[in-house]
Amino acid sequence: MSERRIRVLVAKPGLDGHDRGAKTVASVLRDHGMEVVYTGLHKTPAMIAEIALQEDVDVVGLSILSGAHMELFPRVREELVSRGMERVLMVGGGIIPKDDMAALEGQGFAKLFGPGTNTDSIAEYIKEEVARRWAEEGSEA
Amino acid sequence: MTDTQPIQAPEGREAWRAALDAAKTRGVEFTSISGTPLEPLYGPEDLQGSPEDQLGYPGQFPFTRGVHPTMYRGRLWTMRQFAGFGTARETNERFKFLLGHGQTGLSVAFDFPTLMGRDADDEMCRGEVGQVGVAISCLADMEQLFDGIPMGEVSTSMTINGPAPILLAFYIACAERQGVDPAIIRGTVQNDILKEYQAQHAWLVPPEPALRMITDVMEYCSARVPKWNTISISGYHIREAGSTAAQELAFTLANGLEYVRRGIARGMDVDEFAPRLSFFFDSHLDFFEEIAKFRAARRIWARKLRDEFGAKDPRSWMLRFHTQTAGVSLTAQQPENNIVRTAFEALAAVLGGTQSLHTNSMDETLSLPTEKAVKIALRTQQVIAEEIEVAHVADPLGGSYFVEAMTDRLEAEAEAYFTEIERRGGVVPSIDAGYFQKEIHDSAVSYQRAVERGRKRVVGVNCYTEGEEELEIELHRIRPEVEQEARANLARLRAERDPQRAEAALQAIRTGCHDGSNLLERFVAAAHADCTLGEIAQVLREEFGEYVEPKIL
Repeated sequence: MSERRIRVLVAKPGLDGHDRGAKTVASVLRDHGMEVVYTGLHKTPAMIAEIALQEDVDVVGLSILSGAHMELFPRVREELVSRGMERVLMVGGGIIPKDDMAALEGQGFAKLFGPGTNTDSIAEYIKEEVARRWAEEGSEA
Repeated sequence: MTDTQPIQAPEGREAWRAALDAAKTRGVEFTSISGTPLEPLYGPEDLQGSPEDQLGYPGQFPFTRGVHPTMYRGRLWTMRQFAGFGTARETNERFKFLLGHGQTGLSVAFDFPTLMGRDADDEMCRGEVGQVGVAISCLADMEQLFDGIPMGEVSTSMTINGPAPILLAFYIACAERQGVDPAIIRGTVQNDILKEYQAQHAWLVPPEPALRMITDVMEYCSARVPKWNTISISGYHIREAGSTAAQELAFTLANGLEYVRRGIARGMDVDEFAPRLSFFFDSHLDFFEEIAKFRAARRIWARKLRDEFGAKDPRSWMLRFHTQTAGVSLTAQQPENNIVRTAFEALAAVLGGTQSLHTNSMDETLSLPTEKAVKIALRTQQVIAEEIEVAHVADPLGGSYFVEAMTDRLEAEAEAYFTEIERRGGVVPSIDAGYFQKEIHDSAVSYQRAVERGRKRVVGVNCYTEGEEELEIELHRIRPEVEQEARANLARLRAERDPQRAEAALQAIRTGCHDGSNLLERFVAAAHADCTLGEIAQVLREEFGEYVEPKIL
């Protein structure tokens, strides 16, 4: 049986056009053997959740540098939950003050990554976390 | 005293090279920040051409040494801090604060809804109103932004692209309401749509209709707003998106040359509009590479405009530019160090002969800057201008073997890119094919990898780190009421304006999209009729279609 590959959606919610970070992380995750779908820019929370559902991803990573994270991140989460995807691993990054990161981590986001984060460490985090969740699913089944 | 024989030390270039090769070096990569390998020493053998052809004199072709004969002896660069957040009233207060502290020009930062041509009450804009800049949805907002600021006296730069012609219309209409003749207003609208598709991504409609509106702006302004810079051809966003210095230089100038071609194709004489084109570059951390980039940019532009486009007015040959220090070079770790980075970058811009400068604030990787951080950034420019005596001599690094070699090299790299872009059918087809986007992305990834592998060192990030340090600086927060206030203002505007007049103005734009009228003229009329940005932009989206980015990943 071939090894199950981690499927990741890298998404840009809202009007923010800064995609350097999102695209760089997408490339690095691909180098780490993951299947990565990038949404492109200017996506609404509903559009992102819909793509996540269609692509059947294990991870949704949001990137935002517009300051609208406290509005948009929870809304993406709600849209995913309303599609029965509450188990998807949610991570994010961008220009996000520490207090907001802590708040989001209490609202269903597993981890937020700030500027200066080593991209390999993001990949390692996702691998470990997804492996843990898959193991849990396995034991539940 | 005893007679001693002088020691016969080996001399000359070969001996130096042998000594160098025999010695141990630090074991790091000796490359520019763009990855260009650097020689350990540059000498006369690295110079190309004659100084007359390559350098000339300040204020003379090919302007390598600067665009003014006096350079900063005549007038210092304009200290122009980009600012905008929240409502028009709050930004108006920040403008007055900056003018009160010796800033000499204004620069408006708009929020994402405005940048994307949407009103503050648009459902797409929830959570974004007033966040990264000021929300301007209509003429009334623009009037509040400039309340008590004499528009006939200040010069204003507006960073806006997709909907640039609409915001310029608001500005012109606002000046008219202040009783100021548009013929005397001074400033710049960025209006550089090509780099939006390549890097910054705040577009409105596809490239062809966007270019048509830019040409409308050039035409309208050359007749009626002659002191306005109609496009600020911007490398800044290309660089911030990850390009190298050579890519920033080449793509920006290629875009500039494309605007020149479009103006000529409209039937204008190149000397009618080229003097009103200005540029905007990044000043990154690599001190000498950046100075060389600014010098190369002036030389390439002068040669192209005179020799390829036949411009006769020396003002058409002159590349005048604004500079902003590199936002991407700032670190969230040990943020006070950003003051030092910014100071070096600002110094490179000044030694490279910039006409105006924005210095970033230390806290910008965390949020919009606080007043304190902005003041330090402005003071950094003032220290450069007043204390360190670098503004007295034009092009002080001209003649440096290294800087001249780097200038020549960047010019050659840019020329190679021009050839490649032409081979691909020009700028717009290269955008459609994702060529620039891919080049920039590849450079961004390669730089990120260099930092992560330790080949490029960043203090506080991959060396001299302090672990999980607590942030001790105060953050600027946008008031949560901003969005509600903006929505209420727009509701009032829509209720109180003359609905027939507004509808007629929008209809005139709709027909103007297809009958070859000058759209800026129609936008000014629509501004006076209290049409909103979103309403005007919606007509354009309906008539011209929306832009869909090519996939490169």
